[in-house]
Amino acid sequence: MNAKRSFSQYFFMVLAASMLLGGCATRAPYDYTAFKEARPASILVLPPVNNSPDITATHSMMSQATAPLAESGYYVFPVALVDETFKQNGLTTPPDIHQVPGPKLREIFGADAALYINVKQYGTAYMVISSETRVTAEAKLVDLRTGRLLWAGSATASSAEGDGNSGGLIGLLIKAAVRQIMETVSSKGHQIAGQTSARLLSAGRPGGILFGPRSPMYLKEGVPAQ
Amino acid sequence: MMHNRSGLSSTLVASAVVVMLSGCVTRPQPLYYWGDFTSQQYAYFKGDKGPEEVIQSLERVREEAKATGKPVPPGLQAHLGLMYGQTGRTDMFEQNLQAERQQFPESSVYVDFLLKKNQNDKAPK
Repeated sequence: MNAKRSFSQYFFMVLAASMLLGGCATRAPYDYTAFKEARPASILVLPPVNNSPDITATHSMMSQATAPLAESGYYVFPVALVDETFKQNGLTTPPDIHQVPGPKLREIFGADAALYINVKQYGTAYMVISSETRVTAEAKLVDLRTGRLLWAGSATASSAEGDGNSGGLIGLLIKAAVRQIMETVSSKGHQIAGQTSARLLSAGRPGGILFGPRSPMYLKEGVPAQ
Repeated sequence: MMHNRSGLSSTLVASAVVVMLSGCVTRPQPLYYWGDFTSQQYAYFKGDKGPEEVIQSLERVREEAKATGKPVPPGLQAHLGLMYGQTGRTDMFEQNLQAERQQFPESSVYVDFLLKKNQNDKAPK
């Protein structure tokens, strides 16, 4: 009896170990050729285009994009000042700002790369027995020196899922490092947007961005490609 | 006896797991001390808070960062400069933008742009 139980314990521990290890190995291969050639050091986050009915989505996502990118090792331009600069130049809507030519952005900000975020879903859907707050966004990182697309990805987070390891290691770090002020019930969307942003913009996740020069993980990411 | 051996084997397996995991996951420390900077950025966009209130909060974050020995995150000192600028203290605007540039040379082109603009606004031709 005793021996049998210890065997099953052993079996489960090995199973758990292989699951944990499987979680940290790289899965689908992503083509990082352009990213590795460019190796940007600074990222200009442009005001996100909002395709959701909630008008707060743009500013919510924009303010939460800094932490994951900075903790991944990049210089991130101060989003409030960036927004002001566009406004003073007569650019008030994200779709207009996304049309500004790369060389012009490079001239004013001196950024290596620009991040174009598109919020697809943001908000709470009320269903018969429960409600769900969901935020989905996609992003493109474009090299402002060459105009090349360096990376593209998308992520979603929902209040209906468990609060597990949502943003990889950097995501966990951010959760621990950032002191968030929870104001009202309406901040639920903003909270979920933080999770979406951590998933979308943290380095070290499968298919995610690579670590930047200010991270100790710079140039060390990932298991060697097979 | 049996109990003891299974205890030993599970300890071995557990320690093997720990070794393997720490091999692939080096537990990093945050690079920056954030405080409530993210919330302050959001509050700026929402227009929730006056510049004086934000200046107090961000100066506190900067002090706490110093106390913990971690740097403040990218953009914090520039944001603080913007807030000072909005209260009319252009000297503090410049000082904090210079601090941003010193901490992050990646910002130098943009800081130059902002400082030049500030000069032009101060002394219109």
